[in-house]
Amino acid sequence: MSEPVIFELSRAGRRAPTHAVAEVPAHTIPEALLRDAPPVLPEVSELQVVRHFTRLSQLNFSIDTEFYPLGSCTMKYNPKICNRLAMLPEFLERHPLGDVERGQGFLECMFELQEMLKAVTGMTAISLTPMAGAQGEFAGVAMIRAYHAARQDHERCEIIVPDAAHGTNPATATMCGCTAVEIPTGPDGDVDLDALRRVVGPRTAGIMLTNPSTLGVFERHITEVAEIVHSAGGLLYYDGANLNAILGRVFPADMGFDVIHVNLHKTFSTPHGGGGPGSGVVGVNDRLAAFLPVPIVGRTGADRFVWLTEQDLPQSIGRLSAFMGNAGILLRAYIYMRLLGGDGMRRVSEYATLNANYLMQQLVKAGFDVAFSERRASHEFIVSLKGIAGETGITAMDFAKALLDRGFHAPTTYFPALVAECLLIEPTETETRQDLDAFAAALIDIRDQARTDPDEVRAAPRTMPVRRLDDVRAARQLDLAWQGEPESS
Amino acid sequence: MPYIPHTDDDVAAMLAVIGVDSTAELFDEIPDGLLIDALPGIPAALTEAGITRLMRARAGRDGGAVSFLGAGAYEHYIPAAVWDIANRGEFYSAYTPYQAEASQGTLQLIYEFQTMMTGLTGLDVSNASLYDGASAFAEACLMAVRANRKSKSRRMLVSRGVNPVYRAVARAIGGGQGIELVELPLDPAGRTDFDALTKFDGEAFAAVCLAQPTFLGTIEEADAITDWAHAHDMLVISICNPTGLALLRPPGEWGETGADIACGEGQPLGIPVSSGGPYFGYMVCRKPLLRQMPGRIVGRTVDIEGRPGFTLTLQAREQHIRRSKATSNICTNQGLMVTAATIYLSLLGAEGLRRTALQCHANTNLLAGKLAQLEGVSVAFDTYFHEAVIRFDRPVAALVDALGERGILAGYDLSEHYPELGNALLVCATDARTHEDIDAYVAATRSALDRSQAA
Amino acid sequence: MSEVPDNLKYSSEHEWVRLEDDGSVVVGITDHAQAALGELVYVEVPEAGQTFNKGDACIVVESVKAASDVYAPVSGACQAANPALGDAPELVNQSPYEGGWLVRLQPSDPAELDELMDAEAYARLLAESGG
Repeated sequence: MSEPVIFELSRAGRRAPTHAVAEVPAHTIPEALLRDAPPVLPEVSELQVVRHFTRLSQLNFSIDTEFYPLGSCTMKYNPKICNRLAMLPEFLERHPLGDVERGQGFLECMFELQEMLKAVTGMTAISLTPMAGAQGEFAGVAMIRAYHAARQDHERCEIIVPDAAHGTNPATATMCGCTAVEIPTGPDGDVDLDALRRVVGPRTAGIMLTNPSTLGVFERHITEVAEIVHSAGGLLYYDGANLNAILGRVFPADMGFDVIHVNLHKTFSTPHGGGGPGSGVVGVNDRLAAFLPVPIVGRTGADRFVWLTEQDLPQSIGRLSAFMGNAGILLRAYIYMRLLGGDGMRRVSEYATLNANYLMQQLVKAGFDVAFSERRASHEFIVSLKGIAGETGITAMDFAKALLDRGFHAPTTYFPALVAECLLIEPTETETRQDLDAFAAALIDIRDQARTDPDEVRAAPRTMPVRRLDDVRAARQLDLAWQGEPESS
Repeated sequence: MPYIPHTDDDVAAMLAVIGVDSTAELFDEIPDGLLIDALPGIPAALTEAGITRLMRARAGRDGGAVSFLGAGAYEHYIPAAVWDIANRGEFYSAYTPYQAEASQGTLQLIYEFQTMMTGLTGLDVSNASLYDGASAFAEACLMAVRANRKSKSRRMLVSRGVNPVYRAVARAIGGGQGIELVELPLDPAGRTDFDALTKFDGEAFAAVCLAQPTFLGTIEEADAITDWAHAHDMLVISICNPTGLALLRPPGEWGETGADIACGEGQPLGIPVSSGGPYFGYMVCRKPLLRQMPGRIVGRTVDIEGRPGFTLTLQAREQHIRRSKATSNICTNQGLMVTAATIYLSLLGAEGLRRTALQCHANTNLLAGKLAQLEGVSVAFDTYFHEAVIRFDRPVAALVDALGERGILAGYDLSEHYPELGNALLVCATDARTHEDIDAYVAATRSALDRSQAA
Repeated sequence: MSEVPDNLKYSSEHEWVRLEDDGSVVVGITDHAQAALGELVYVEVPEAGQTFNKGDACIVVESVKAASDVYAPVSGACQAANPALGDAPELVNQSPYEGGWLVRLQPSDPAELDELMDAEAYARLLAESGG
């Protein structure tokens, strides 16, 4: 079931000529500036292209084809209508530097998106420009730094991060020129408040938190955390990775957060696209509004929308993209939010939480070791396979591969690192009870097989286009671009 | 209940399994004072038909302009097959290929993309893409600081030919890590001034940064600058328009040993201009710099039966493993956009892309030549790729407005970022423009100039 | 149980140090450390002449799923790195105490060598930590 690399289909002189002019126009560029030989690109027909990439698509798991319970990624259904309407030709053809008079339709959508994001986060100002969660984090921490600098408080360069946090949090601190300070998680999954009290001080710039945390539980002491950090002069950053769990239930602003990013590709169902594009819009309270990245959409008069730029926000942290971020993704999120309405958004968190708690209880009842099972699951939860691994030698990775053979994408594996041999499972609200039951049955089936025929589990996957891949060879004998067939080894 | 499939019976059965009476109880760990019971600021739900009417009405207010704007975003003809295939759910609704065996389609496609980008740039290794051209340039600056082992400097020598917004973005993103941009002026031909460069002899910089073509459309003579930079322990970052690479000498062949990093905006390769995004940034480098490259990289390997297969590799550089010591905090690539670009490049091939490049060049040449015949109008620079600077004898803002009223986006007013050029407009006529479009532009300009003369 | 040669000194970060006749020291990671990391795919070494304080991160060892810093067990200047590791990082797995050595340092404060553990103490540390 393998598909040749497209260069292997190439034959010199073959063209797909409908896409290029027949006559090559004359040019006035000096020969010395021109390339000597054409770049190596495939020479294939349109039908070959269509077949090749259609076949490649069929080698993928996706939300449209399989249950995809990837923890912390919110792989919910991406409504077809959002894509279709965001790809109306007038939106696609609009040049980003075109005059605002000919962009009022688009700008009105963006303005209303800003307003709706305020309404779901409780923040007072929004910038839509960050192009992914990580860029939203960057914007947030950069604003925190700018805030302290504007107050002549130059010592604050430490960002506190729980040990359970996603790796982007400490990486972001470094990108912003800060130092990440890790604090431990208590045995019940909440932040260790005493440890937090010990690390805050005059060097504290802020804290980055996800709530519910990456452990799949709500941080119950969030108000105390906010109090401790604010008293020390620091600000609170909300990583919106898990917003799906509390959408319409809690305002991040009410928890004490000063700045938030929202992953529109998670909570608001824009496509993951095989790894992107995402969108990491940021929201802030009044303290940080002056520092938002530009451009922002403003309204003058009743119905005229304009760009707000550096001139309007002279203290802005600046621009993070050439234009205004992933505009087409913002449109998809806007359409999705208008389809849901306020009640629909509350149902998102209601059913995401219902599905997670149901699946968790089914697995508890089946005898799986669920981390923090005495706690209420948020929209996701963690199964630890440490006991089974000790008993049978079958690891979380083996379970992941065996799930693929049973028609399920694997949950997130080995994250968060605090729980050994873990699967982080996020079913999302768009899955049926029957699919959840089938997934639970698959895990039980794999566990049975681990006890009776562990070698067969270790041999998984067998039904995918490839068996397990040699990652060590991939890293040692780097083959990152096609150079013709490699010599057999 | 859009997209939520639960029946009442399902909900009752599920609550019983959990052991609670209502879904409200599932939120019982959230402190009471924090719970809210409605989202009053969100408009009521629309049906699919309702949102369709709304969005068609909004879109209808925006369309219809004939664009001669480039300045970083280029309208090219996009073959129908590109988005027909890219929109397939198997590409559109997949995530990052963490489970390689179930993601061979995305992984092989990225490997093919990486191969195409190395071919276009003449450099050794490509990543799986970054967010956009501007942020890719910012990442390239940070990468150059890490990769330049001979210099500890965090300063960049950046040509004024580099898109001014890219420079602003590099300052915004690199500023926290002490990245500083020092500007290199342009010479009278609109290229980076080599004599100005040599005045920095003896100073430490991490890299020299050039755009090809420049923001002003001119074509750099990059060999001498590249060799000078290398002789002074600096790396060379090239920001290249990918359409131009079908025609122009690639950065891998600049000077004696080539540029070190190429990056830029991938949008011209099959991505609509769509209000500025989503696009994708590309980045390609020489092999010794590979471990300092940010973003995801796909490699080919074999499975346990010896069959070829594809997987993410070199992940130890990335944030999920290295945390605060990662090369960047970036997680995503712009996978869907790369899918479109890979299909686009496959359909065009080298010859198709070269013809597209030549068509753009010829159209812009034609437009510039016709405009230069108007009174008080001249072309600022002789050699350019597919954008030209047009000088006028009066401020261009009024002209831009006048053409806008006729449904023509006249170009990019350079007065804010390049005041030294006087009354200058950056125009671009890609393969999406016809000779009739160009004639209409020239006629509208003539009439606007006549009227303002008369006024 | 991993191998702990008697003739070497050890740090609590699982580096080993061998004092050479010329006063330089050769540094590597222990058998225990290589086993914990798994198959190495890359070793990033310092350039000759770079100086380190004791405890500075001076080398990065990379497996498929992890990257770890190796800390300078003593202060000093890098004299050379193991040239074989560029093509064969697996030497660290196969021969952590011989062919898989990492760097040779010229110590700036030889007294720091006395602060390192002997084989017996290191073996005890491993035993106590369950290794």
